[in-house]
Amino acid sequence: MVVAIALLTILLLPLLLSDFRLKLVGRFLSLAILALGIDLIWGYTGLLSLGHGIFFALGGYALAMHLNLQLPDGQIPEFFSLYGVQDLPWFWQPFYSMPFTFVAIWVIPMVTAGLLGYLVFRNRIRGVYFSILTQAMLVVFFNFFNGQQKLINGTNGLKTDTATVMGVLMGSDGAQMALFILTVVILALAYGLCRWLTGGRFGRLLIAIRDDESRTRFLGYNPTSFKTFVFAVSGALAGIAGALYTVQSGIVSPQYMEIAFSIEMVIWVAVGGRGTLIGAIIGALMVNLARSFLSEQFPEVWLFFQGILFLGVVTVLPQGIVGWLRSEAGSQMRSLLGRPQRVSTYSSLETDPEVQYEHENLSH
Amino acid sequence: MSTKILVTENLTVSFGGFKALNQLNFSMDVGELRVIIGPNGAGKTTFLDVITGKVRPTEGQVTFKNHRNLRKLSEYQIAQLGIGRKFQTPRVYPKLTPRENLQLACDRPKAVFPSLFGQSSPASRQTVQGLLDTTGLVAKADLPAQYLSHGEKQWLEIGMLVAQSPDLLLVDEPVAGLTDEETVLTGELLLSLAESHSIIVIEHDMEFVRQIAQTVTVLHQGSVLCEGTMAEVQANPQVIEVYLGSPAESAPSRVQVG
Repeated sequence: MVVAIALLTILLLPLLLSDFRLKLVGRFLSLAILALGIDLIWGYTGLLSLGHGIFFALGGYALAMHLNLQLPDGQIPEFFSLYGVQDLPWFWQPFYSMPFTFVAIWVIPMVTAGLLGYLVFRNRIRGVYFSILTQAMLVVFFNFFNGQQKLINGTNGLKTDTATVMGVLMGSDGAQMALFILTVVILALAYGLCRWLTGGRFGRLLIAIRDDESRTRFLGYNPTSFKTFVFAVSGALAGIAGALYTVQSGIVSPQYMEIAFSIEMVIWVAVGGRGTLIGAIIGALMVNLARSFLSEQFPEVWLFFQGILFLGVVTVLPQGIVGWLRSEAGSQMRSLLGRPQRVSTYSSLETDPEVQYEHENLSH
Repeated sequence: MSTKILVTENLTVSFGGFKALNQLNFSMDVGELRVIIGPNGAGKTTFLDVITGKVRPTEGQVTFKNHRNLRKLSEYQIAQLGIGRKFQTPRVYPKLTPRENLQLACDRPKAVFPSLFGQSSPASRQTVQGLLDTTGLVAKADLPAQYLSHGEKQWLEIGMLVAQSPDLLLVDEPVAGLTDEETVLTGELLLSLAESHSIIVIEHDMEFVRQIAQTVTVLHQGSVLCEGTMAEVQANPQVIEVYLGSPAESAPSRVQVG
């Protein structure tokens, strides 16, 4: 199923869409990977992170640094000369290596998330305090990256479009096409990973931690280690998403760590339906497509629309689109159309699970 | 000492000057079923909190089997040593089914990677199926637990306690909010569990205490007031005074304090 959808996307979309649109969709698909990570910690584990921009940007910077080093021997990236820097800062050195970069893209955000998570979870900081703390971390990282012109070109960020890897210009149509396919494949893999994580014993324990964390302690589980682990996985997914997004937008900058963007990520998941993996993907794609459509047509309206969308989802569809489709869409459509609800016996029997159980399992 | 499963020495817990537990000395043997009663604020729940590591004692120590002083351990480590706890209001996972709730309690090892890569063992699936039978939840085994009635949730939680297979069960008000019939059944369940476990029950319902109690400990203002059989405890003038505020009247059959 997943493979089929991925293949269809890879084969059909390039035929249907112009290069510009395809690049746009590719970027949104990489944001969907990010949304999966958010859903994993928020929808399943109940950790509302408002700081995922950190991990997204770290992944983006890791790849961008590698691409910026694709230069003839002895040269250093151009922007350094603007600030009078002669030698490459030490932490750029390992990014000459492509294998190192490919590992760094997910390991650096994963370790960062794991460390931050461990410190927070160990002290049993939960709920809204956790959210505020993640946002504070985001501001710290944003200001740091913004201020460090001499290290990573500060507020201007790093361009990737003009880099040439193995003779291929990153901004060229061919490279972008390959990146699109890669994004679809990685999204499918990330979906599979999340399905696996949330499916078995581990997934049930995440739900248990979400619904009553201290109870799990008395069952002999240590929620700190489970939360740290899942937060690190989420950070790794965000890092990969950030790298893919960066090369398809052509630039990474501290803008990726703006507060509003990290809140938007949460909105995608809320709109799609938290606690449903497919919902996270659909939410990320729908909100971003709506944004690009609306901001082309009516540039002023988008932010209002986003606010209304979020309010609407919270009040009308608290489970998100997919959650609503799965639970009550059928009966609500019926009542909208003026049809009677599907109640064939007394309502007290209809709502009694024991009766329903017998109805479903014993009648045939 | 070797036959004692739980010993507390001079256990004191003070919350900002107020002593919830005051020099509490308590001990019980392996295989014993002990009922703890006491008026509101006597420190019964705090006592369980200290044993399970939720609250650190200000002074004194808890010895469980041969583990002296549980102070340094956190809740999950104490649970892994073999102390299980059932809460006053049933705390089951509403979105998970009874089967999943029980499986969660039964599965081991409980670290991250085993739960990621390991499957529930066939033996534990058997145990869970057996517990569903015992607790009468077979028909609702695969419905989210939020649809269970209050009594069924109480039973499910007792089932989860057993699924953990602890050596010592701490049961806080197992019959609160149950009908008389359910109360009797719960009593029988606890008595059958007592054959293979050591159990501490905290209860207000005197009828129920009479049904199950072998030895009763009365707590008052954070210390042990007296200890003995139900008849001895009921005849004790101090106990009557604590419960009724007047030594003249006899203890009623069903003292309801909170």
